[in-house]
Amino acid sequence: MNNETNTIEEFAAQEYKYGFVTDIEADSAPPGLNEDIIRLISSKKQEPVWLLEWRLKAFQHWQTMEEPHWQNIKYPPIDYQAIVYYSAPKQKPQLKDLSQVDPELLKTYDKLGIPLREQEWLAGVAVDAVFDSVSVATTFKEKLKELGIIFGSFSDAVHEHPDLVKKYLGSVVPANDNYFAALNSAVFSDGSFCFIPKGVRCPMELSTYFRINASSTGQFERTLIVAEEGAQVSYLEGCTAPMRDKNQLHAAVVELVALDNAKIKYSTVQNWYPGDKEGRGGIYNFVTKRGKCAGVNSKISWTQVETGSAITWKYPSVLLIGDSSVGEFYSVAVVNNYQQADTGTKMIHIGKNTKSTIVSKGISAGHGQNSYRGLVEMKKGAVNARNYSQCDSLLLGDKCGAHTFPYIEVKNTSAKAEHEATTSKIGDDQIFYCKQRGLSAEDAVNLIVNGFCKEVFRELPMEFAVEAQKLLGVSLEGSVG
Amino acid sequence: MSLLEIKNLHASVNGNEILRGINLTVNAGEVHAIMGPNGSGKSTLAGVLAGREAYTVTDGQVLYKGNNLFDMVPEERAREGLFLAFQYPVEIPGVNNSYFLKESLNAIRKHKGLEQLDAIDFLALIKQKVKIVEMDESFLNRPVNEGFSGGEKKRNEIFHMAVLEPMLSILDETDSGLDIDALRIVSEGVNKLRSKENATIIVTHYQRLLNYIIPDVVHVMKDGRLVKSGGKELALELEDRGYDWVHEEAGQTV
Ligand SMILES: Nc1ncnc2c1ncn2[C@@H]1O[C@H](COP(=O)(O)OP(=O)(O)OP(=O)(O)O)[C@@H](O)[C@H]1O
Ligand SMILES: [Mg+2]
Repeated sequence: MNNETNTIEEFAAQEYKYGFVTDIEADSAPPGLNEDIIRLISSKKQEPVWLLEWRLKAFQHWQTMEEPHWQNIKYPPIDYQAIVYYSAPKQKPQLKDLSQVDPELLKTYDKLGIPLREQEWLAGVAVDAVFDSVSVATTFKEKLKELGIIFGSFSDAVHEHPDLVKKYLGSVVPANDNYFAALNSAVFSDGSFCFIPKGVRCPMELSTYFRINASSTGQFERTLIVAEEGAQVSYLEGCTAPMRDKNQLHAAVVELVALDNAKIKYSTVQNWYPGDKEGRGGIYNFVTKRGKCAGVNSKISWTQVETGSAITWKYPSVLLIGDSSVGEFYSVAVVNNYQQADTGTKMIHIGKNTKSTIVSKGISAGHGQNSYRGLVEMKKGAVNARNYSQCDSLLLGDKCGAHTFPYIEVKNTSAKAEHEATTSKIGDDQIFYCKQRGLSAEDAVNLIVNGFCKEVFRELPMEFAVEAQKLLGVSLEGSVG
Repeated sequence: MSLLEIKNLHASVNGNEILRGINLTVNAGEVHAIMGPNGSGKSTLAGVLAGREAYTVTDGQVLYKGNNLFDMVPEERAREGLFLAFQYPVEIPGVNNSYFLKESLNAIRKHKGLEQLDAIDFLALIKQKVKIVEMDESFLNRPVNEGFSGGEKKRNEIFHMAVLEPMLSILDETDSGLDIDALRIVSEGVNKLRSKENATIIVTHYQRLLNYIIPDVVHVMKDGRLVKSGGKELALELEDRGYDWVHEEAGQTV
């Protein structure tokens, strides 16, 4: 009995496990946003003129736009002039190996349970670690280089492969696409760039760990992945963030380009700080993610497990331009306490025989509000296009909510879209059955929730799936008594 | 010391008293059968013992292995070897039956201070156990009870029992829904699991089951009390004459 109570208390007290702040001196710009700040960012990064001009154009656009409010989420107004738009950890600019990395930083990774060293040597995963907007460690670069694969920080790519960056940057998400994408285009700090040349299969999962650190620093990551004809790559993005008391804006942009017969698999485990039990603090995660299946038979697959952030607002999308191209979206979104998520996908069928699959699993606990918003559009030329969508919601308790907003626009008579939706509750009888078999309430919830998410988890790379399951457990702690 | 001692147990649901003074003692090695009309409180008794939240114990005492049962939360009772085969087994979509059992068995083993079974040892174990109830191995990889037929669910409960090796098993109408062959197979399975150390309480409406699983004592429950107890012949008599003739015997205890 006592043991039981203790474990539950420990669980409850655990709260946000990854909440700590690393003490690294930051080199920061003053808060606020104007052309001078953008020039500062660009010059700090020694960018070519064309990129500065691109940023400035985006900024001018952004000034004419209004923050969108059609989402099913609520938050106080964001003061864009109070945000710091540039901050970099102090360090030498060029790092060849981990010994050159600030030991404080390495310790941070250790706390997160993602020791770079182990990842590098044991897991066979190349890690491009993004820390406070500037990449500080890139591994496996040499090995990938032999295959002609480019994988590293966005800033490096700007210097080393300016033609590629220029060719593809903004080609999927134009700088004026939406309010947050425009903001990102103006001020993006760093991110990842990945290029898989024709016919090459990337032999390892590529991964990036994002982390927000310096106080009140908005994160504006920019990721661009290009798979040329017949190329294949699986990319993992995962993040955890330190505890803090001020809301933080995170407005990333991810662009994927798949040429003929190319395949890109993009997996995310998102665990930004969700705020405290009353919903204070926490990250605003307003992300634009879009993939372009430009070539025939190309395939782009998004898999996401969203457990963090105070507010999540993202719709990883696929433009199915190439004939017979395939778009997939597998999503688990968890909201607990006062978290809000408005997430889903857009599948835009343009080419013939294009196919898309959407599997969305929303879990709501506490006072959490979870909305699925999806658009399936079959354009005139999308002969024989097919979509299958499945949206399931699971409720824990009766103060939370699940909402589904599927939009289907079919402009081609031979195209078909199928939509299924279910809502269920974890039943007391299920919990009792598990308890009668010796499992604690927490374990029971974990088990049931993981069962519910199975179709999505099996799309994740093995080690990521295990991490995702654990994360779900932590996110739902204390949600059932 | 008896395995289970129930003294003057009263319990209610939503303010309605369902159990009105149950007295029952079960020793290791024994099999007890409880029969009685619909709504007399048999499942309620099983639920109270297993710790179902809906019931409120208003009076009386239950000692399990000499300890106050009501000091233990439901999962603790399970880990201490109390097993309930549900009258209506619950479906858990998406959760693989054998994975569920592995978590369950390891929770029990952890409680007992035994080391955790890994996937390989566990698989070897369940392949043995599945034979006891002659269940097709395909049921191992299906989600717990989801889409199982009524009889398959009942058989699965006894499969769980075989794997978890409880001290005290309460089988709530496990026989209902089983076809003639399944009844025999499941009963034989239960008999194989019988030992000097464990005990079984069988709730049933049919004497037929007791031809296979021979009880040491048969009790009749009426209106929340065990009103009569006897040997296995009592079941035959009940089948013959129904419950109307049974009246409470003064000071009835077993
Ligand atoms: N949640 C509840 N609310 C109100 N009454 C309840 C509730 N649960 C059980 N009861 C009542 O308690 C009484 C005993 O029910 P119980 O399920 O224990 O009977 P039983 O002996 O197992 O019957 P059966 O042979 O039909 O399985 C019934 O009258 C039932 O309606
Ligand atoms: Mg009953």
